[in-house]
Amino acid sequence: MRESATAKAVLQKRKWELPALRSSGRRFELSRLFVAGAVAVIAFIALCAIAPQWIAPYSPTEMLADSLMQAPSAAHPFGTDYFGRDVFSLVVYGSRDSLFIGLMSVVVGGLVGGTIGALSGYIGGWFDTILMRIIDTLMTIPGILLALAIAAAMGPSLTNIVLAVASSAIPGYARVMRGQTMSINGRPYITAARSIGVSRFGIFRRHVLPNSLSPLLVMATLGIGSSILAGSGLSFLGLGLLKEIPDWGTLLSQGRGYLTVAWWICTFPGLAITLLVLAVNILGDWLRDRLDPKRKEA
Amino acid sequence: MVRAILGRALSSLLVVAGSSLLVFVIMYLLPGDPVDSLIDPSSATPEQIASLRHQLGVDRPLYVQLADYFGKLLQGDFGKSLLNSEPVLPKIVEHFPATLALAAASALLSVVAGVLLAVLSAVHRNRWIDVVARIVGLLGISMPTFWSGILLLLIFSVHLGWLPAMGSDGWRTLVLPAATLGLIGAGFIVRMVRNSMLEVVNEHFIVTLRSKGLSERSVMYRHALRNALIPAVTMIGMLVGEMLAGAVVIETVFSRQGIGRIVADAILAKDLPVVQGVIVFSAIVYVLVNLLVDISYSYIDPRVRRAA
Amino acid sequence: MERLLEINDLSVDFHTRRGLLRALSEVSLTIRRGETVCLVGESGSGKTITSKAVMRLLDYENGRIAGGRIRLDGLDLTALSQNELRSLRGKKMAMVFQEPMAAFDPVYTIGYQLVETIRRHETRSKKEAWEHAVSLLARVGIPEPRIRMKQYPGELSGGMLQRAMIALALSCGPELLIADEPTTALDVTIQAQILQLLQELKEEFRMSILLITHDLGIAAEIADRVVVLYAGRVAEQAPAAELFARPHHPYTRGLLDSVAALDTEKGEKLRSIAGSIPSLSALPDGCLFHPRCPFASDKCRNEAPPLISRNGRAAACWHTDKLLTATNAEKGSARQEIELLSEKLILAEKNPSASPFESPEASPDLFQVSGLRKFYRLKGSLPGRARAHIRAVDDVSFAIRRGETFGLVGESGSGKSTLGRVLLQLEKATAGRIRFGDRELTGLRGAALREVRKDMQMIFQDPYGSLDPRWNVGDIIGEPLRVHERLTASEKKERVARLLESVGLDASYANRYPHEFSGGQRQRIGIARAIALSPKFVLADEAVSALDVSVQAQVVNLLQELQEKLGLTYLFIAHGLQVVRHLSDRIGVMYLGKLVEIAPSRELFLRPAHPYTKALIASIPSADIGAKRERIALQGEIPSPARPPSGCRFHTRCPLATARCKEEEPELRTIGSEHVAACHYPL
Repeated sequence: MRESATAKAVLQKRKWELPALRSSGRRFELSRLFVAGAVAVIAFIALCAIAPQWIAPYSPTEMLADSLMQAPSAAHPFGTDYFGRDVFSLVVYGSRDSLFIGLMSVVVGGLVGGTIGALSGYIGGWFDTILMRIIDTLMTIPGILLALAIAAAMGPSLTNIVLAVASSAIPGYARVMRGQTMSINGRPYITAARSIGVSRFGIFRRHVLPNSLSPLLVMATLGIGSSILAGSGLSFLGLGLLKEIPDWGTLLSQGRGYLTVAWWICTFPGLAITLLVLAVNILGDWLRDRLDPKRKEA
Repeated sequence: MVRAILGRALSSLLVVAGSSLLVFVIMYLLPGDPVDSLIDPSSATPEQIASLRHQLGVDRPLYVQLADYFGKLLQGDFGKSLLNSEPVLPKIVEHFPATLALAAASALLSVVAGVLLAVLSAVHRNRWIDVVARIVGLLGISMPTFWSGILLLLIFSVHLGWLPAMGSDGWRTLVLPAATLGLIGAGFIVRMVRNSMLEVVNEHFIVTLRSKGLSERSVMYRHALRNALIPAVTMIGMLVGEMLAGAVVIETVFSRQGIGRIVADAILAKDLPVVQGVIVFSAIVYVLVNLLVDISYSYIDPRVRRAA
Repeated sequence: MERLLEINDLSVDFHTRRGLLRALSEVSLTIRRGETVCLVGESGSGKTITSKAVMRLLDYENGRIAGGRIRLDGLDLTALSQNELRSLRGKKMAMVFQEPMAAFDPVYTIGYQLVETIRRHETRSKKEAWEHAVSLLARVGIPEPRIRMKQYPGELSGGMLQRAMIALALSCGPELLIADEPTTALDVTIQAQILQLLQELKEEFRMSILLITHDLGIAAEIADRVVVLYAGRVAEQAPAAELFARPHHPYTRGLLDSVAALDTEKGEKLRSIAGSIPSLSALPDGCLFHPRCPFASDKCRNEAPPLISRNGRAAACWHTDKLLTATNAEKGSARQEIELLSEKLILAEKNPSASPFESPEASPDLFQVSGLRKFYRLKGSLPGRARAHIRAVDDVSFAIRRGETFGLVGESGSGKSTLGRVLLQLEKATAGRIRFGDRELTGLRGAALREVRKDMQMIFQDPYGSLDPRWNVGDIIGEPLRVHERLTASEKKERVARLLESVGLDASYANRYPHEFSGGQRQRIGIARAIALSPKFVLADEAVSALDVSVQAQVVNLLQELQEKLGLTYLFIAHGLQVVRHLSDRIGVMYLGKLVEIAPSRELFLRPAHPYTKALIASIPSADIGAKRERIALQGEIPSPARPPSGCRFHTRCPLATARCKEEEPELRTIGSEHVAACHYPL
């Protein structure tokens, strides 16, 4: 009796059903493709930064008086600007500053923030409370505003932009590193090291630090992207360097005035920024999936 | 509970004081003399420079300057513009609504779009919607706003002529800037909520829910989503910060009269009191929003409520 | 009896990075109405996978039923869609899980989650469902059910949550209850309560139970029939009484030996199963058990034995007959031993003052602890205000003698681990003195403390977490040497190699990393590290609790062997009473931060003086089927150490408590030679 009642209930309840969650092999290949593409983009842009003369067809300072503001063509794939400069060559040469700002800000910010976070998390107590209050304070000022203020106060220079972008990123690194240090410090193998008689600093250097670095590494990779964005943002707002060879942000900012007549001057430097940042982020995501055991897919 | 809130409010106050101090330090102590930007030091006479320094008050000892700065801040005096002697605070208050509208619209857009995409993506793992969500997430955090803003402007104003290219009157001027900023926010939220969902789906209690015979819809939307959104609420606080910062660029791109535009102009003109005023003001807004988020957090998450 | 669940030749595959993995192969079992069947196995045996296959929850976890049928009441579960299954789950078959803390959604109240389930399957109003839920909570023994309904999972203890989980499973009157290690995460006393409850409810709700466990004691306690799984295959299945009396598979026999032997006294070597459980990705050919089997022949190595039925039971072994002959031979000699022991006991009854067992020569004390306290300030209580403290260890005095093993037992929250950590100065005592040899430890700091650490080392519970994942085994074992001794690289290498060999590992393992080893092997690595400096004292905190039964015995043997060879003194902390009994010379029992009884190991088990000790011993499920008995389950749960009860801390749960116990705190008093207890009315 009971069976037929159940079977009936079963049949009545055939309703809209969400598609089953199954892993397919396709996605895996897709993300592999993404990573391969990202590596190619980064490699190409790095080459542009190292040896632009091999890639750029023109000199970035060369003004072709007979071809002002020409739309993209075979001769000028990204068109020319209001001085008759080849936009493609400008973009190729501009990569150097953008890449430098991105990398150096991450190195500086990551080192400073990571050190603060690691010490704060490991030493704890009042030291931690005070440092974290300072970090909280830094966080109340949105990154780009802080960078703007610093860059404005110190005047335009490549170093100052790096310092500005780096200091706006410090709180993030400090927090992540602090959390990770504290979590590692609670693991049984740390107690094991203490019970053996390893000194406090020895435990920090040999066990805590090496095991805490991978999230910082992931964050730093993703941070390269946001630093490039922040750096070019500063340039865009006019805090960039007034040099012969403009970086991507400055290029965009200068092209903005010609938007209605020459869309390409703005579009291609922006595309370059996006592609580079996208590639770096894809790489960062991939690294995170590799390093974070929680996200490993069964 | 009340005591916990009061404690939070008090520490917020301290944080605001700290950030004001920080702004002061950046403005006046970092290398670079504020006077340099106002007059050309090579052509000005020493007397001119000295009188300007006196006028600005930077010839006084540091602690006097600092005390003066905090005393005035407490009275709501954010100083005067160096360029036209306009008081700073009224100017900020006047232009804040435009920025607030932008920030609110884009925050709303990013929360709605971001959460929706993230959930669909986590539920329909590895299907086309998931791919879309992941791409939106990546693009959101990879595109510079000044570029995506310009692209939108190029397409919808210059070529199609559907929406105005500049100005800050009426909702039509809000659409493009809010969409630009919203995409960034949506990118952040998609990534965060999607990861959070995927983690929750692996929790033990999800198995219990399924073993009770609940439908996948109940499991996902009633249980998993609620758990996944809890960490996302803290994101809203951070999002407001991002939106305020984004306003600096976006208001410049779309020529909107907001406080972002004011600060961007002031920085180029080296009008330090204005820069300082806007930063302190936005820090206050940021801290207030986060205080609200913290308080609401303890209502949303029973675990936090007990700890309080 | 009618068959409720029938599993025929069930095979399950899992998608992994390395491709398809067969986790379960051709498993068959049946459960009749009203029957309790226990599925016994160690890690990787596939017992949880079997339960998830029945519930068809596998579909959500990369798992796939590759073959076979599962029939519930005639309905083929393998052929139903998820949607159809949903109306069966929670209604016709329900499940209880291992981790009650993680099994509830933390952001909804208990009441919400119960009502949600009831209303999913039955058309009741919210109010009716709510009332039904309240009555269920009351039935499973949750006090003040109306209040609990409105609480969140985080506000209840593990034991209470497991009761609530059972209420949830019962809410729609299922015919089959699947309980997956329902008591593994709980204390023995709570475990006894939950098992009792399950048995009562089975009658009341006329259910069948499929109970999954690694603990043969539990199976002996409540099973009608037992199915033993090994590496995804059925090794043996039989009615419980027959299985425990005469195992037909060497693996079952080995498991029984590993557990039963723990009941024996200190000194003898435990019979254990050699080797470790094979990984599913590298299963041996032929019989899966042959690399660990004492009876293995060439046939076993080449041909997998089928499950052969005889007299209503079945085993997958080529050599069942050989096993039976061997067992018969041993049974005889064992009987003689038991007779000898009971003679001694009779002697003891006649002359209670003289201990029948030779007490170990009282050697000088290595540790002297007096008035030791460790309080933790509760989070959120401000300094200066009326302080709320967790009194983890509260006025404890005792001594550990040179060369002995002192066992420390108690429920979780009793403060036993804290006591151990304070002894080793991993945490600073709040008050009291600790003398180690001729040194006072409590005042030591910095370099002086690190120097003393040479002489006292520790073995940890978690074999996975206690080894730095980035270090190779040689560096891990060599770390104490690096810190305390100046050795050249080759000297160090030599020492590490000898240490590895002394814990039964190959010297070539020094270059490998922890993740390449099994739990048992990792624990051996941890032991090698602990003995590297030839310490005087080793603290073993739950050192075998995380290991599989068959591996536990090996590690226990190793610990004993090392003690003899190196003259070690052990403090052995465990919640598993049998292990403690086997290893220890003397045992201390802790309850809520207090030592309530200390006695020589045998004496404690034969004549416990404190009611708490007696209850603890009674709560142990015994794998000896003859010992099936009414359990004197301890009522209630351990109170919070932040607000311990007045007087005797045990009075709230003690069956013998009087008004005096409530007011007056009992001191540790001498009961017999070497035997002290803190009770006003010692047994």
